Order: sequence, then structure tokens, then C-alpha cells
Amino acid sequence: MKFVDEYRDSAAAEKLLGAIRGLVTRPWTIMEVCGGQTHAILKYGIDELLPAGVTLLHGPGCPVCVTPLEKIDRAVALASRPDVIFCSFGDMLRVPGTDRDLLSVKAAGGDVRIVYSPLDALRIAAENPARQVVFFAVGFETTAPGNAMAVYQAKRADIRNFTVLVSHVLVPPALEAVLGSPGCRVQGFLAAGHVCAVMGYTEYLPIAARYHVPIVVTGFEPLDILQGIHLCLKQLEQGRAEVENQYSRVVSEQGNRPAQALVAEVFQVVNRAWRGIGEIPRSGLGLTESFAAFDAERRFDLSAVGPRPEPAECIAGLVLQGLQKPPECEAFGGRCTPEHPLGATMVSPEGACAAYYRHRRIAAGQGSVR
Amino acid sequence: MSQPNDFSPSCPVPLAQYEQVLLAHGGGGRLMHQLLERVFLAAFSNPALDTGHDAAVLDVGGARIAFTTDSYVVHPLFFPGGSIGTLAVNGTVNDLAMAGARPIALSAGFIIEEGLAVETLERVVASMRDAAREAGVPIVTGDTKVVDRGKGDGVFINTAGIGLVEHGLRVAPASVRPGDAVILSGDIGRHGMAIMAVRENLPFESAIESDCAPLCAPVLGLIASGAEVHCLRDLTRGGLASALNEIAGGAGVGITVDERAVAVREDVRGACEILGFDPMYVANEGRFVAFVPEADAARAVEVLRRHPVSSAAGVIGWVTEGASGLVAVRTPLGATRVLDMLSGEQLPRIC
Repeated sequence: MKFVDEYRDSAAAEKLLGAIRGLVTRPWTIMEVCGGQTHAILKYGIDELLPAGVTLLHGPGCPVCVTPLEKIDRAVALASRPDVIFCSFGDMLRVPGTDRDLLSVKAAGGDVRIVYSPLDALRIAAENPARQVVFFAVGFETTAPGNAMAVYQAKRADIRNFTVLVSHVLVPPALEAVLGSPGCRVQGFLAAGHVCAVMGYTEYLPIAARYHVPIVVTGFEPLDILQGIHLCLKQLEQGRAEVENQYSRVVSEQGNRPAQALVAEVFQVVNRAWRGIGEIPRSGLGLTESFAAFDAERRFDLSAVGPRPEPAECIAGLVLQGLQKPPECEAFGGRCTPEHPLGATMVSPEGACAAYYRHRRIAAGQGSVR
Repeated sequence: MSQPNDFSPSCPVPLAQYEQVLLAHGGGGRLMHQLLERVFLAAFSNPALDTGHDAAVLDVGGARIAFTTDSYVVHPLFFPGGSIGTLAVNGTVNDLAMAGARPIALSAGFIIEEGLAVETLERVVASMRDAAREAGVPIVTGDTKVVDRGKGDGVFINTAGIGLVEHGLRVAPASVRPGDAVILSGDIGRHGMAIMAVRENLPFESAIESDCAPLCAPVLGLIASGAEVHCLRDLTRGGLASALNEIAGGAGVGITVDERAVAVREDVRGACEILGFDPMYVANEGRFVAFVPEADAARAVEVLRRHPVSSAAGVIGWVTEGASGLVAVRTPLGATRVLDMLSGEQLPRIC
């Protein structure tokens, strides 16, 4: 496949890995910010190919993971209303709220629809004037322009039965939250390429300077990621802390100006709660006053669905930060297995706990001891 | 809510137990298997059923008879490369083939929604007639019911089939042995993406057509060649990943697959890239995996390649010992990762 296969070439990957091995003189810890990068790293096994001592930590850039419980509960409440058609990107349907997920609402008779674009939700609203259509506007700066466009067009076309449940988040404040955490081990970042395609990368300059961390804007294919890691390690070895752009075929310094202008017209920066983190000041987007009529949280009375405490589940957070190993968890392998997981890291086939669980079983089968 | 400086992100855990049936329970993944175990296997358990194979094999008066059934609820009824009718015939024929059986006869039951155009029904039935002829199996009995408008999706079809097992092999997960070669009969993911493209009206450059096809000819050819076939499994819902996980789990072995050896057609790959799908989990209707001893692998591939439906067959991996139930994939970069069974359905990703 053109423009894809070039970035998955195994010979080129081996060359980059060789360069990385030749470069590293001591242990380093790098965080890839975006869930899409995490996905590619695990799919291609990139973390396994890096020299010992180079650790990749998985960052907060997964909208599914960071959308707060309260918003999921509100989505569930809205989707349960008989007058509402609730539209969402597919992978939000499986995210559990306090009592249930959107898939359960659908099974119980709620009109929950998967859409591929917020504009599809707007079209559904135009076609169903007697129903209320709510779109779940989640994601980072990447999805913000599309969601802003849907609201902008709704206003222009005067489609009054369309609203959005907004839970937009921003990357730079999250990076500062990571760096400000007392247990922070992150020494460099691979910034999220597609976020920067929209926003450019000037907003990362003060973060790199203030915390003295290299930040490399990185793409999503295996060679992109290996090159991003190489650039980041080179900076670390040389004691530099700059913002570099690995993903220059997509990202420019200033980003997509028209998209930024649209986002700035429809949205304003607000405080936002992050699942597993808590509230981060000025870390999200909410609708501006001139588009407030399209805010589902204003259109519908959701006062009964307030903030909920996160269930105390497991040590997944510590595992993800590399502060504890899975076998150090009391529940590991006993109450917590891939079939009956207590936490996310035991659920995903590539999660740290699931991998440990399985590899330990492999080791036991071969008679070796780990 | 925790304090902002306590940084501990973790993906929220998907629910594992539901008290209502979800669409995802029909997705061929872990949720479906939980439902099978909790409801059906608990109620019906018997030696033939507990084999966990696509068809039950019964001793009837000295003959070994394979028996299977399947229901078809696809929307839309017609799609590039097939229809609900071709699926209903080939799906059941293939379940018989996966027991190493020669299909003898099929039944067909129709649940028709009030208001369905008779012309549509005729087209569906004509496609079944043609598919049955191609597979060389008659449809010998049937049933028709009509339900109120809104209580069916045009037409649902159930087919059952019997087949004759004419060899002494025990084709089942329990026969799989460490060292066996895993042979895949062709490229994967076509059926799922063909349906997806039509159902969701996704404008791809060219229509992806389903791989829907009968698999009895290559399978019977394989057995006739004398290859010691240990297990066969057609790749349907849940794709290659689910089939391999089912067999690894059932046989208590590990399986290692070389990802580069698994062919995915260019247009299918492109569609999967756009939607964030992994072809390993996408449905097929004309592909299967065969497990044979290493010594028979080259001959088996050569025999399969003589049949048009499996002309691109090749070895994609090996059965290993020790890693019970685990399917591992060698990635194109040379690393290894776990290929797990899907929890429910694949859902398009946000970004």
C-alpha cells in the first residue's frame, strides 16, 4: 500500500534499531503520548526490539481512557431517553460507566448509533426533525475541528434538534500534569503527530524549556516511531531538550490555521476532569457562549448525574508508570486473570499484566523459572 | 476524584458480564464463548457437543455422520460476491467440510418478514440453488414461517446439513500436535469488509467482494492425498485470530504465526486501515486453516493450490508446546506479540 508500506519496511527498521543501539550509553525512559502510537508499538513489538534500558511508557493520549466517568454516565443517561438518538464513535460504546456502558443501553432499546464523522450525526438530525440527536464529542485536538464543524454547520443551517456532549481534552496541559507528578520518570516525549498536524508544535516549546525534556513530534507507522525514538534518545544522550519534528510530511510548525480558527470560534478552553488523573486546569474544550444552544448539558437536565468516585480497582496506574511490576500486585494471577480481570492491564492482550501472566505460563510450561 | 498530581491513567475495564444479550455476543469473540458456556453448553452438554468442533460426528449404524446447523441474519441481503442465500449454503457446507465430511444433504428454514418482496425471496432462493449446485449438495427438506413486519430483517435463514466421514482421521482440535504446520487457504478479511462497505455506505474506490465459497472440494482433496489432517477450521466471525485461539485453547497447545505470511488484499488492507480494524479479526466465508504434521505440509499446500478457492494456500505458522492456549504473532519487524481472541465486536476507532 503506497505511503504505508514504505514506513513498515523491516530492513529500514533494522537499520534504525542498529543506530539506536549504537547511540545508547545508559537507561532512558520515553513516553509516547498518543494511544495510536501505543497501539502501533505493541502491534509491531517495537518495545521488545529496543536495547535493554530504553523504556517506553504509555501516555494519556487515549480518549477512551481519559474521558471521565461522569461524562460516560451522562452519555448513558442521554442515550436512555426515548426522544434521543445518541451518536458516537464506535469505541466509546464499550467504555463502562458507573452502572453500564452504551452497548447495554442499546441492548435495552436505546437508539445508539455508531457514526464515522460528526457530520453524519448532523445529517441524522436533519433527517429526524422530531427527535433529539446528541453527538458524543470526545477526543483531543485531532477530532476537535471536525466536531467544531458539525456545531458550526448546525448553527448555520439552523438544525435545532442537534446537540453535542462535549468532553474534549488538550495534550499540552496533560504533558505538564505528567511532568508535575511526584513519581514522574519520563525523560522525553514522542508528541502526538496528528494533534500537531492540527495545532502545530509551537505550544510545546515552553514545556521543553521549562522541564528540560526533549519533545519529538512523531508519526504512527513503525519507522516513524523508531525514528522518533532515535531523535529523542540522541537529544537525551547529548543533553539537549528541544522540540523536533519527525513527522514533517504531515506536520508544519504552525499547523492547520483554518482548523484552529474554527475550533477557536466554536470552543473555548475550560477546566476538565481526566479519568484516572483528576481535574487539570485549562485542559479541555467547551462550547463558547455563542454556540451554547448546542450544548447537550444545557439542553437536557442532567443534574442527577454528578461526579462519581472512581472505583478502587487495581494497581494498573502504577504498572503503567513502571513503578510496580505486575507480580507485585496481590491480586495478580489469583483474583485477577485475563478471564476475570480487575484492571485494564489484564484485559488488553498487550497489557502488561496479561503479558506477564501469559509469559509466566509459557516459562512454567518449559520448566524454567522466572 | 484523585488529585491532579497523582498521575495514574489506566484504560477503563470493559464489562465482562452482561445481564442482557448484546449484539457483541454474536461477534464470535470471547463474549460469545462466554454465552455458549454459560447458557448452552451448561444445558446441553454431551460428548459430541463437547468436542467443540464446527460439526458433530456421530456413529450411525457403522457409518460416521457429520451433522451441523447454522443461522444467517446478514444485512444487506445481497452484497458484492454473494447473498444471504450463498452464505446459508456455503456456511453449512463448510462446517461439514471442517469435520472432513463429504456433504450429503441440507435443510433450509426461512423466517420471512411480512412485506418482503416475493421477487427478493426468489433471488435469495435462486442464489441458494446455484450455491448448492456448485457445492454438489441437494437441499432436501425445509420450513417456512412468516413474522409481523418489524420483527425480522427481511429474511432469516437456517440451514442444517449432514455429511459422510469416509476416512479414519479424527479431525478435531484434540488431534493437533506440537510441530504441526498451520496452513491458511488464502488471503483474509474480504467478507467482513465487503459487508462493512455496503452496510455503512463507505465509498471505497472499488467494491470489495466477499470470499464466500464452498470449501469441501479442497478439503476432500487434501484428505484424499493421504495427508494426515489433524484439524480444520473455517474462518468466519472473529476471523483468523478467533479460529487459532479456539484451536490452541481446545488442543492445549501454543501457535506461532508469521504475520508476513498472512496475505491481505490491498483494498481490504486499505479499508481496515481507514476504520482501524485488524484484518486478523475480520470475518471470512471462504477461508480455512488446516493443521498437518510438518512432514505433510509441503504436499498439503501443493494439493490445496490445485483448487481455485485455495490457490494461494501457504504455511503461516507452527504449533508449539508449552504455551498452552496462547497464539503468538511474529511481527514484520521480528518481534513477537500475543494474538488474543476479540472480546466482542471490532468497533471503529476514534482516531
